[in-house]
Amino acid sequence: MFEKINSHNEVPAREAKAEGNYYNSSKPAIDPGMNERIQKLRKISYETEPSISIERALHLTEFYKANYGKYSIPVLRAMSFLDHCKKKTIYIGEGELIVGERGPSPKTIPTFPELTCHSVEDLNTLNDRELQKYHVSEDDINTYAEEVIPYWEGKTQRERIFDHVPKEWKAAYEAGIFTEFMEQRAPGHTALDGEIYKKGMLDYKIEISEHLASLDYMNDKEATDKADELKAMDIACDAAILFAERHAEQAEKFALEEDNPKRKEELKKIAEVCRWVPAKAPRNFWEAIQMYWFVHLGTITELNGWDAMNPGHFDQHLAPFYEKEIEENNLTRDEAKELLSCFWIKVNNHPAPPKVGVTAKESGTYNDFTNINIGGLKRDGSDGTNEVSYIMLEIIEELHVLQPGNSIHISAKTPDKFLKAGVKVIRQGHGYPSVFNPDIYIQEMIRQGKSIEDAREGGCSGCIEVGAFGKEAYLLTGYLNVPKILEVTLNNGIDPVTGKTVGIETGDPKNFKSFEELYSAFLKQLNFIVDLKIQVSNYIDRMFAKYAPAPFLSVVINDCISKGKDYYDGGPRYNTSYIQCCGLGTVTDSLAAIKKHVYENQKIDMPKLLEAVSNNFKGEEVLRQTIMNKTPFFGNDDDYADNIAVTVYNDLLDAIDGRPNIKDGGKYHLNMLSTTCHIYFGKVLGATPNGRLAGKSISDGTSPSHGADTHGPSAVIKSLSKLDQVKSGGTLLNQRFLPSLLKRDEDIKKLGSLIRSYFTLGGHHIQFNIVDTATLLAAQKCPEDYKDLLVRMAGYSDYFNDMNADLQQEVIERTENDAF
Amino acid sequence: MNSGLIFDVKRYAINDGPGIRITFFFKGCSLNCAWCHNPESISKDIQKMYSADKCIGCGTCVDECPKTALTLTERGIITNSELCNMCGICAEVCPTGAIEMSGRMETVDDIMKMIENEQIFFDQSGGGVTFSGGEPILHYDVLIDLLDKCGERGIHRTVDTAGLVGTEKLLEVAKRTDLFLYDLKMIDEDKHKRWTDVSNKKILENLQKLSKTGAEINIRIPLIKGVNTDDENIVKTAEYVSSLAGKKKKVNLLPYHNIAQKKYTKLGEEYDESGMGEPGKELIDSIVAKFNEYEIEVVVGG
Repeated sequence: MFEKINSHNEVPAREAKAEGNYYNSSKPAIDPGMNERIQKLRKISYETEPSISIERALHLTEFYKANYGKYSIPVLRAMSFLDHCKKKTIYIGEGELIVGERGPSPKTIPTFPELTCHSVEDLNTLNDRELQKYHVSEDDINTYAEEVIPYWEGKTQRERIFDHVPKEWKAAYEAGIFTEFMEQRAPGHTALDGEIYKKGMLDYKIEISEHLASLDYMNDKEATDKADELKAMDIACDAAILFAERHAEQAEKFALEEDNPKRKEELKKIAEVCRWVPAKAPRNFWEAIQMYWFVHLGTITELNGWDAMNPGHFDQHLAPFYEKEIEENNLTRDEAKELLSCFWIKVNNHPAPPKVGVTAKESGTYNDFTNINIGGLKRDGSDGTNEVSYIMLEIIEELHVLQPGNSIHISAKTPDKFLKAGVKVIRQGHGYPSVFNPDIYIQEMIRQGKSIEDAREGGCSGCIEVGAFGKEAYLLTGYLNVPKILEVTLNNGIDPVTGKTVGIETGDPKNFKSFEELYSAFLKQLNFIVDLKIQVSNYIDRMFAKYAPAPFLSVVINDCISKGKDYYDGGPRYNTSYIQCCGLGTVTDSLAAIKKHVYENQKIDMPKLLEAVSNNFKGEEVLRQTIMNKTPFFGNDDDYADNIAVTVYNDLLDAIDGRPNIKDGGKYHLNMLSTTCHIYFGKVLGATPNGRLAGKSISDGTSPSHGADTHGPSAVIKSLSKLDQVKSGGTLLNQRFLPSLLKRDEDIKKLGSLIRSYFTLGGHHIQFNIVDTATLLAAQKCPEDYKDLLVRMAGYSDYFNDMNADLQQEVIERTENDAF
Repeated sequence: MNSGLIFDVKRYAINDGPGIRITFFFKGCSLNCAWCHNPESISKDIQKMYSADKCIGCGTCVDECPKTALTLTERGIITNSELCNMCGICAEVCPTGAIEMSGRMETVDDIMKMIENEQIFFDQSGGGVTFSGGEPILHYDVLIDLLDKCGERGIHRTVDTAGLVGTEKLLEVAKRTDLFLYDLKMIDEDKHKRWTDVSNKKILENLQKLSKTGAEINIRIPLIKGVNTDDENIVKTAEYVSSLAGKKKKVNLLPYHNIAQKKYTKLGEEYDESGMGEPGKELIDSIVAKFNEYEIEVVVGG
């Protein structure tokens, strides 16, 4: 069942290089895109291979060498950011309308040695590894070794973290019971609200100075720290303005040299836009996009926070500009679409910063998870869809690039017309947009203590995690390998894969008289592990507050200015930490198998099962097949298994939800996403009692185990809806459909109804891969022909060819839904 | 309690009527079409299905069979049909599901529970329940009971029939059915006999009578090259459909795919596909065009 690949079609339904609906292949085309400009820009973005730029590292190191100790840390960080904005290479590409790159050119990625200083070996690995490769020149490696590495030795966040952690934590980490998000990248998962379209950096500077002036040094012992933070924010505003002005200067210079009159005008316009934003609030559609883009770049240059940056409900933010200019005849729909296409390509120019080690495994992709939220609700609770929403869907389908990720937000108030337009894009089979349910995630956020308006203005960033956009630090702290915790329980605290003690002694399962006894041992292990995880996460949080504050990000997130506190120090209005639990399907099915066969039927005794599991079912195929085919598994709308899933889910919630994260009343909450971590967690896990073999992927998000759901998508949805999803900060459901299920227009409507049904039942998120097994197998065989095959991983799309063999296999093994 | 022999239940059925549906497949059919995609639907008895590719040769079934009817051979499990009394123990103990019993008795209550469980999908999509087969009307009492109960609950009811049933029964069913999917194979009686073992006289008559009641009917025509795709049959079919009373009927054309081979093997039956072919796109287009000449709305698929 788990290994078998069933395919009804021998011939791939999606031909190699098939293009989207909107794309007219009859035109002589350079690349997909609405016109020659976009096609050319897309081509550069698509074809340029990611490489490392050491420019930022050199500027930073030089600045730290000369200035460390002279200023408070926030001021030092802000000045270093300003210094880099002053010196960094400015790039304005041919034909570009939206400008600015984090590196010196598209797809060049800076490093962040203050967090993780890559060794020469790391850089060579990045250069040589097969997947998620980053080119770095021999010269740069040498310069890095001479200038950068010696200074940072012993001073990086990563070293501070790993020097501190207790040995129990290290043992559990090394065994793969959990991962640690902050060891190479800064905490983030940040999206913006609409404020930056109403305020420029100069306005923020006035606010900052007012708060500086009103600090109470007489009574507030934190006043001095607040002053340092506010001064740092002020400097960060200057940095962003300076960065934009340098683009204006460059554009003016290019305009003088430009012969083509049309381009000359464009360059002049670019200069005008960059002189205006981000210093002042944008006045039109073009400026609004460029405004966001500068803020985006500032954030991802200052630090390498997870999930880059996110404009949040971008369609809603742009709508007023669009509508006004259309009304006044200053903008056409095509011009707006062209500007937005330029923005789309800009995001695609920015692959994730390079990751190594376990972090590369939990998130093995170039995708940096910017997730454009389209549709949804407005702050006042009304429907948020507008013409810009539809333009965005067109662009997504037309460009089909890796980034930005995107999602449609379908409330009960969202018109069917928009849902249908979204499903049509889903049908193209690029794995996006994913689909979210505002009616549920708004409740999730209200439960976490947000105001209803702030909750409505929130949404999902990264994969599926919710937050109040523009007002919250909602940090993912790491993944929890829940099936591994069961494995450790079945081995009385020992990790059978390494033989090391990684948990506590909860008794020999051979002596457990009942399922309840086993389950309570599992809960003891779970709570022990969660405690370990939280202790260290809280420590890391403080390390970021102390050593790596983010004054620029703090400017644009409420209420950092009014509190005088950094984004990492409880400055935001809301502060949430998430622990992401993986493998609900695997652990449920394993527990169901034990309950059914060991304790109820008593057909298999515990010692025999444990032995079979520890031998990876070698010589026990009959036992394994019996378990796989005669156990009620999660995802079939069968209460036997579903009730176990509900119990596990509720107990994960109990273990995590509401624990303080020591940031201004902030709390831990449960999250159920897995990114690519279910593959890594499977690798470090022996065979499991559900018949899964050692090393095989565990289930992703809240999806059923691969191949365990045999009753179709409506049964899966019913099973998932038994979880009280409102209590999490996000669940994730992957569904793979055959393209033949979406052939006709009425099929699109029916898939829309399926989504509505899930959301009516309380589902948080659902995403689809519309691709048949034959296509995936063909793509494995002839990668060259399927270079553009995008598939849904877990919360984002990725190029099938950029995925390692394990990930590819995982996608292939997902149940192929076929309703004929 | 009324029970019916069901061989499959399909959830998220999107090709059996409007919206998202749950489809129940009753076992037993009055036709024996050479191209049948669900050969297990034909017999009205419980049948054993065996998939050699799933079998791991563990021999559990051989050991557990009370009649010692099974033998493990190199080609897999062989059943001695003279000894086998279809008790189903082999399927129950088979760890891999290589042996399955096709057909299980389901009570009306259990079927209703399954239907009501899908309510949310009906609500959102305008879907409902479809009774298919086999020939669902062969299970007349159960079907009537189910249709009444669904009617009381306001659930949309579709009946997929091949039409070879008693006229009175068909008309009783019609009183409780919101949409018929009425299968029409071909017009020529001799050919019909040759390909389905039965005459189509009654089928054609029943459809005429059913049409007169004002029932909502979609006509489903399988398209099998070499069997019923010739001009003569298409023209006659179009003429016949045009002549039917009541609202203009919509026609669904279901192009034949040769995918049933595996199922026949599972049943231990021979499948002779000679003379039957998959219609190409051009052929399908020309048939659609012909129907359009008669102003008949045609949908390819579902």
